[in-house]
This record gives sequence, C-alpha cells and structure tokens, in this order.
Amino acid sequence: MTMSHESENQEMQTSVKPSSLASVASGHAPKTPGTSVLGTGLETRGVHAWFGKHHALSNISLDFAAGTVTALIGPSGCGKSTFIRTINRMHEFIPGAAMAGEVLLDGKDVYAPGTDVTKIRLQIGMVFQKPNPFPSMSIGENVLSGLKLAQLKVDNKDDLLEECLERAGLWNEVKDRLGAHGGSLSGGQQQRLCIARALAVRPQVLLMDEPCSALDPGSTLRIEETIRHLSETMTIIIVTHNMQQAARVSDYTAFFLSDGGPGQMIEVAPTSEIFSRPQDTRTENYVTGRFG
Amino acid sequence: MSTQELVIPAPREIHTQPRTSDKVFRGVVTAGGLSSLVILGLIALFLGYRGFEILRQEGFHFITSSDWSISTDDAGNVLESHFGLAAMLAGTILCSAIAVVIALPISVFSALFLNFYAPAWLKRILVTIIDMMAAFPSILFGIWGFLVLMPSVEYWAKLLHRYLGFIPIFDMQVPVFSRSPFVAGVVLAIMIIPIITSVSREIFSQAPLDRIQAAYALGATRWAMIKAVVIPHGRSGVIGGAMLGLGRAMGETVAVFTVLNIVFQVNWQMLLGAGGNVASLIILKFGDASPYEIKALMAAGLILFLLTLVVNAIANLIVKTTGKSGR
Repeated sequence: MTMSHESENQEMQTSVKPSSLASVASGHAPKTPGTSVLGTGLETRGVHAWFGKHHALSNISLDFAAGTVTALIGPSGCGKSTFIRTINRMHEFIPGAAMAGEVLLDGKDVYAPGTDVTKIRLQIGMVFQKPNPFPSMSIGENVLSGLKLAQLKVDNKDDLLEECLERAGLWNEVKDRLGAHGGSLSGGQQQRLCIARALAVRPQVLLMDEPCSALDPGSTLRIEETIRHLSETMTIIIVTHNMQQAARVSDYTAFFLSDGGPGQMIEVAPTSEIFSRPQDTRTENYVTGRFG
Repeated sequence: MSTQELVIPAPREIHTQPRTSDKVFRGVVTAGGLSSLVILGLIALFLGYRGFEILRQEGFHFITSSDWSISTDDAGNVLESHFGLAAMLAGTILCSAIAVVIALPISVFSALFLNFYAPAWLKRILVTIIDMMAAFPSILFGIWGFLVLMPSVEYWAKLLHRYLGFIPIFDMQVPVFSRSPFVAGVVLAIMIIPIITSVSREIFSQAPLDRIQAAYALGATRWAMIKAVVIPHGRSGVIGGAMLGLGRAMGETVAVFTVLNIVFQVNWQMLLGAGGNVASLIILKFGDASPYEIKALMAAGLILFLLTLVVNAIANLIVKTTGKSGR
C-alpha cells in the first residue's frame, strides 16, 4: 500500500463530496474525537455498491470520527447493511457484488491493491444481526477464536478473555462456565459473546448490523450500555431500525433512503439534531414515524 | 384465606383425528419406508436358508480357515468338502480399507476445492465429470486398472516396499508386485472417490453462512475459516460418505475380480500379489458350482452381508457420537 496507489484511486474517483460529518462535528462536537490510540478514524468517499446489475447504494461519503458512535437509520432495503459491509470488505463475498469509491481507515484505502484483507477485518470488527457463535467451540474458545483464526499471539489469554467478556458485559454471567458450549447461552448472551469475540482482536472500528433486532428489551439494554462503554476506546457504526436506540446510543445519525433507485444518504448530523431539527423533510417524516 | 385447597388435575389425554388425506399419505410413506426393511430381511432370510447347512457343518471354521475345496465321485456325490472364508474376508477388509484411506483425503480436498476455491464454470464441469464417474460401469474400471493402472501402481508399490518395508503391511517376502490388494485398493479408491466427494460437497455446502461470515469478519483466511467452521460442521457427514464408499468397496465384485489374483491364503501384505474378496470368490466359483457348492457361496454371501451391516452400524455410531459438536 503506497501513496501512489491512493492518488491513483483518487483520480479514478468521479465525485468526492466534501465530508459532511467533519464540518458538523467541528461545530457541534457532542463528544471529543478520539486520541491517537484510536487512530484518526474512518472515512468513506463516494461509495457505490452493486449486486450484479442492481445498483444498491449511491455515492455515500461519510466521516466517522475516532471514538464516536454513528447510527445508520432508514427503512429496509435502503442500503445501510450493504454500506457497512463495504467498509470491512464483507460485501465482496456476495457473488456478483461490486463497489466503487474509497474507504479510508487512518487515511489508507482498504481497497488499495496489495492490501491484506484479513488485516483490514482485524482492524474493522463486525457484529451481525443474528448471534453467530461457533457451535463447536466453548464460550472461552469463542471469545479467543479470532486470535486463532488470524494466527495472532497474545501473552496472557486468560486476562484477555476476562477483559473482553467484561467489556461486553457478559463476564459475571459466564465466568463459572467458560468451558460450556456457546450455544447454551440465551440469545442476548450469545450476542454479547459475539461482541466479546469481536473485541478480542482489538479492532479500531466496530460495525454492528442491527445487533439487537433479535433480542428482548433487557438484553437490548445491556448491549446499549456496552456500546456506550466501548465508544471510549473505539469507533462504532451501528445499523438500527429502532430510532429510540439510535437516539440513546449514538453521537451522530445518518439517514439513508431509497426512492426506488439506489440507496442514498439523505442527511447526517449530531443525533440530537436529527431527531429535533432535521434539515430534510424526508428525514423528518421518517423520524416522526410518518412512514418507514 | 381460602380454606379450599387447589385440586391438581391429572393431565388430559390429547387426541387428534387425522384427516383422510393425511391417513392415506401416512400409509404410502410407511409402505415405502418398510419395503426396504422387508426386502433386506428377505434377502438375509434367503441367504441364511440356503447357506444354513454349510454354516452348521463348518461352524466357526467357515470364517477362520482358508481352505476352499470340494471333492466328488464320478456320480457327482460330495465325498469331502472344506469351506473357509478367512482369506477372502481379510482381502475384503484390506482392499476396502486401502481404498478408503486413499479416497477419503482426495475426496475431502476435492469437495473443499469445488465449494470454496473453484470458479463457477470449472465447478460445473467438474461436478458433471465426478457424477459421471459414479455411474461408470465397474468392469471398465477393472479393465482399465488391469491394463493401464497396474504397471504404474507397481512402481509405487516397489517404492513403498523399499522405503516402508519395515512396517509389516508394506513388507513382502516374494517379489510379486502385480495383481496385489494394493492395486485393487487403488482401483476401488478411484471408484469410490465420486461417492465420497459428492456427499462431502453436499454437507460442506450446507455450512451455515452466518458462521462463515463470522469467521471472515474476524480476519480469518479461507483455510482458517474452513478449519473453524466448515470441517466441524461437515465431519459427521464426511464420515457417513466414507462409510457409503466403504460399503461399495467391500461389495465390489467385477473390478476386484479383474485385477486381483485370487489365492486362498490369508494375506495382510498389501503389496503381495495374492488375495481376493468375498464377492470376487462368489463370482469366481458361481459359474461351475455344484448345487452343494452354491450353498457354500450363499453362506459366504450371508457373511459378507453381515460384515457390511456391522461396518454400517459402527459408522452410524461414529456419526452419532461426533455429529452433535459441529452443528
């Protein structure tokens, strides 16, 4: 990954929108952007996505300042999940999937030629809609599975195990049965196990694709607490259909919409503004529950 | 406070009245399910009935001795007879074990390649070819094995003998390398590769997508993902496929008969040109057997049948004990 690759990619770029979030963040900054430990954050520039001939997502440029939580809201099928899957390069697993634009992590394009995609996914973790612990592994093995899969070495596995489960808010519930199967946990616990698993490889960015949509209110609350807690040390992007959840956990909210064509980003602003003074009438209609 | 105590009722009996259409369908599928059991039972009964006399006469010697001789007087009356299957049973087990040991890794890697590495166009072509291989007549495998495969397998057999000869099964005293159980095992391996590949491919393709994505999202390489998700998921299915292949290898007649040198002597030295299996014994003797010898062949068939059943039962046990963990 060299500078020349990046400049090449920028030349190929058709439209680079000025990043909207950065200007908003400097004006209203509800939260101090992160330190150097967090990296300098994540940016997407003019991201498009296709499934075969179907143009699913058009020209998304967003900045995610380090150490912030950004919620992506919008009706089903507007490309929110597709968008976050382009960020950690999970999009390309779908046959026929294509993308354009740039995703910059600490200023480096994750799609640059020569990039080791497994390293990208270590830096940008992901939690899925449905809890998906590995059924053949115990709770402890699940948490540490990322280390094994990516062949990473750590000095003290027990400390890491406890730390990750603690941060995911699961330690007290499972500390006496770390050898039990991951599948023996409840749905909410499984999802927190998946969060702990994502944390163990120490990602800079955590993508969450409707992490609470299959969970009961109690588990949802626990996970939201976890998200607030985690945002101190990482950048989080969460897709949600639950607008109360977006309001509770996020610093910024981006509203996505598809008007029959490809999904577009309509508006991004600090979360309080999106819910109190949206600029676009379509956003207003959506957040006030008039459609969607 | 209420003085009346709560009376806990007995659980109700629950009845359902199935509809007529449901009853009819139930009858049809029950008949289908039972028919295979009935047919299998009738075959076992037939073999047992026809072979009973020989089994009673020979007792345990039928499976422990390796003598197959019958002498008759001019009128065709049996004067003396000895029937022993030990050599053929040893040959059956040896050849089919060699076949599975060779075929299993090749099949698993082919299945993994087809599912996770091959481009779509290549996958289509290869799947068609492998399915065709499964339907290929076994006599052609036998002839091809005899004429084409044997010279090159002999070369490998000599290498194995030279470098691994200290292991008993690779050892041999008489340098007769052709028509050995090893050659037969290689031919059988080629015959069962399509079966094991096809079963493995099916089970690997059912590996849950969300787990595969979870592994990739954690920075797994493709091979790391396969080890963590696909293989634990598919393990029991692959064992099941291997057992199907083993069953076919144990019962294979023509291909083994064409390749193997049938000798009535127990031979565990897989490179030595002597052996045979139960099925090839039956085809060897069946043509000009007297009614009395036919009975002995029927008894041999029964033993092969039981051996196959035992192997399948063991396979089921393995699948049951290892099957849960991966799902």
